[in-house]
Amino acid sequence: MLVMKGIVKQFPGVRALDGVDLDVRAGEVHCLLGQNGAGKSTLIKVLAGAHQPDEGTIQFDGRTVRPSSPIDAIRLGFATIYQELDLVDGLSVAENIFLGHEHARLGFVNRAAARRAATEVLRRLGHPEIRPSAEVGRLSPAAKQVVSMARALSHEAKLIIMDEPSAALAHDEVANLFRIIRELTAQGVAVVYISHRLEEIREIGDRVTVLKDGRTVAVGLSARDTPTGEIVSLMTGRNVEYVFPPRAGRSPGEEVLAVENLSSPGVFSGVSFSVRAGEIVGLAGLVGSGRSEILEAVYGARPFSGRVSLAGRPVGRGLTGRGVVGTVRRGMGLAPEERKAQALLLDQSVTANITLGTLPGFARFGWIDRKRELTEARRLSEMLDIRPPDPERPIRTLSGGNQQKAVLARWLLGGRKLLLLDEPTRGVDVGARAELYALIRDLAERGIGVLLVSSEVPEVLGLADRVLVLREGAVIHEGEAAELDEHRVLDMIMNGRAA
Amino acid sequence: MSEPTTERPASGVAAPPSPRGFAGLGEMRHLGLLVALALLVVVGLVTRPENFATASNLVSILALAATIGVITVGATFVIIGGGIDLSVGAIMALASVWATTLATQSFGPVVMAVCAILVGTGAGLVNGLLIAYGRLVPFIATLAMLVAARGLAQRMSDRKTQLIQPENAALVDLSTTRVLGIPLMVYIFALVVVLGWIVLNRTTFGRRTYAVGGNPEAARLAGIDVRRHTMLLYALSGLCCGIAAILIMARTTTGSSTHGDLYELDAIAAVIIGGTLLTGGRGTIVGSILGLLIFTLITNLFILNGLNTSDQLIAKGLIIVVAVLLQRRNLKERAP
Repeated sequence: MLVMKGIVKQFPGVRALDGVDLDVRAGEVHCLLGQNGAGKSTLIKVLAGAHQPDEGTIQFDGRTVRPSSPIDAIRLGFATIYQELDLVDGLSVAENIFLGHEHARLGFVNRAAARRAATEVLRRLGHPEIRPSAEVGRLSPAAKQVVSMARALSHEAKLIIMDEPSAALAHDEVANLFRIIRELTAQGVAVVYISHRLEEIREIGDRVTVLKDGRTVAVGLSARDTPTGEIVSLMTGRNVEYVFPPRAGRSPGEEVLAVENLSSPGVFSGVSFSVRAGEIVGLAGLVGSGRSEILEAVYGARPFSGRVSLAGRPVGRGLTGRGVVGTVRRGMGLAPEERKAQALLLDQSVTANITLGTLPGFARFGWIDRKRELTEARRLSEMLDIRPPDPERPIRTLSGGNQQKAVLARWLLGGRKLLLLDEPTRGVDVGARAELYALIRDLAERGIGVLLVSSEVPEVLGLADRVLVLREGAVIHEGEAAELDEHRVLDMIMNGRAA
Repeated sequence: MSEPTTERPASGVAAPPSPRGFAGLGEMRHLGLLVALALLVVVGLVTRPENFATASNLVSILALAATIGVITVGATFVIIGGGIDLSVGAIMALASVWATTLATQSFGPVVMAVCAILVGTGAGLVNGLLIAYGRLVPFIATLAMLVAARGLAQRMSDRKTQLIQPENAALVDLSTTRVLGIPLMVYIFALVVVLGWIVLNRTTFGRRTYAVGGNPEAARLAGIDVRRHTMLLYALSGLCCGIAAILIMARTTTGSSTHGDLYELDAIAAVIIGGTLLTGGRGTIVGSILGLLIFTLITNLFILNGLNTSDQLIAKGLIIVVAVLLQRRNLKERAP
């Protein structure tokens, strides 16, 4: 029914899709597998009309199509259910379902007709208890998922793309999701299903396509019978070389961070670990496994129960910004996941971005010593080789890798004891990655404790001394990085087996 | 959005100018404002050659600009910090009334001035507390303050204009005493502008204002106490209103609940024309003051030429739109 051939999508500096083939039959559940950065999201966006491919063809029901906008894609019969649900919280269930194609006459919405149609769709999905007039913002995540699905159905979609639909669902809700999917496929609708959980793919999937580094490496594998080992090797055998600096073999020093029984309802629970000076501890896990949230809790940016101590003294419960003010003052630093949204002042200079976290150190009675500030920024720019080497430049003109270096430079000031790095190489090209790895290792050598989160398993294994594997908010394995390999970690992450 | 790359030709593309510095006066976006100002001066010279360029007219322009000018400095801080303050005119009125009650007046002019400043700062602090810690949207909190402060001013003054007593005439001297031909109140205005510029560009407070307005999440994660800073911004705005109250008392010799009606709109308009983004994180004091002078000059030209005040409002409205459209084009050109 859907045949994609040789799809190429080039972004500045990254070839996100480098010749992807996909062939989906009517009435099947086609699973798309691949590690983070393999190109799954980009591929979905091409189908949803959000990106236009640079090369390649898409055929649908024998016709060549080119979805040029989301509306266009919907008209073709493609519906996409994104991981982050795209519902309008302030509108009712019925209004959300028919958003963009309301039952209207001369601009007046026929609310009764919309409600009837919504009731019908929800009943079909097995959720008659969701009232069409309820406000979407008040629904549970699972109910929102159903509304999203109802919206896809209301478009009479022939192809439904689901991006990790089970991520927000509890176990019995997943069963219901599968029932709905089976009903849909029985009616001839094709489903492209993306999930990291192998057991789900085994249960619901028909065939599997594996992506790696923007290319299709396997098509039409049987979802039920292909051995896990084969799938994992297909996902991991990579062309991109990770260049990690050698470990120094120096033994770590005193404990800088102790985390005991850290919990946050519904996000993570009973997490305990420690980080010593000069040690890099890695957290491996999927999106939603609680890895970023644990960093935020340690940093004081998220409420938690349990105990976090920095250099032997407990860190206050972070209910407000006060929490972060305290942890920064006491020597923590965070390089957050979303560099642009959470770390950078894009309109400001590289210097202003570097000194943001330690500004009082450059000031007397509030008066900034701009010469000293610039000298320090210049010194760090040279040390980290930030290019172009002009700290007065607006930071938005720098590449992702250089912006990330500036974020790290921020925390080289003021005697940090512990650095929290969340996806430090996201959106960074291969060359700059190697530099960042060397830099992070170098920081540890200087006696800073590093807590690292990355969705790229090789990165965690290559950089960290010790690794904690997270799954659904709990630590399922803790051990030396040297004793683990990518296979085993992926296995634990996806199958939940603590090997 | 495309990822910016470092592979820009190094030659030919000079680093964009730093958004700050005294050199900021000559910067491109201020250039447009200066040209507009110059055009208005030419219009004045051509239409009223006999009385536009007179010393008395220029002084009256500056005196007119001084009161709103002080408020504009505070508004610039609040808006760069990502907020909005609708209550400035009302707070100024309340401060002027409180400072001119018979009870306050009995303590003399110095206490009256201190009273105006304390009332202004206090009201600003209430705004700040509601917004930063009560999590009210700035628009709503300051709208409530606008209404309430005017109400309180009416109640205190019994809706009557309160004259400054002869024994407190020292306060009025601010507008009548001239040094080098310019009234003292214009010097106060200049002093506030210079201090505002210094605080915004040379201190941690100013730097944090840009950070909090530009990316509050980044500011928070960098260890800045965003709430406290937000609160202080509104207190600063209130302080400026208090100073403005002193100036308006000097100029009108009264305190009144009707003072400063719609000043909030003039101040916000001046800030916007000056190139400060309402979304925060960007803007300059110099731009705001130039924007204000443009506004004041228009008022002056309309009065000199005996034109209708309604037409004056229409002209101002058009200028706001044109200024923002031009700035948007500039922004696009500057984007990488």
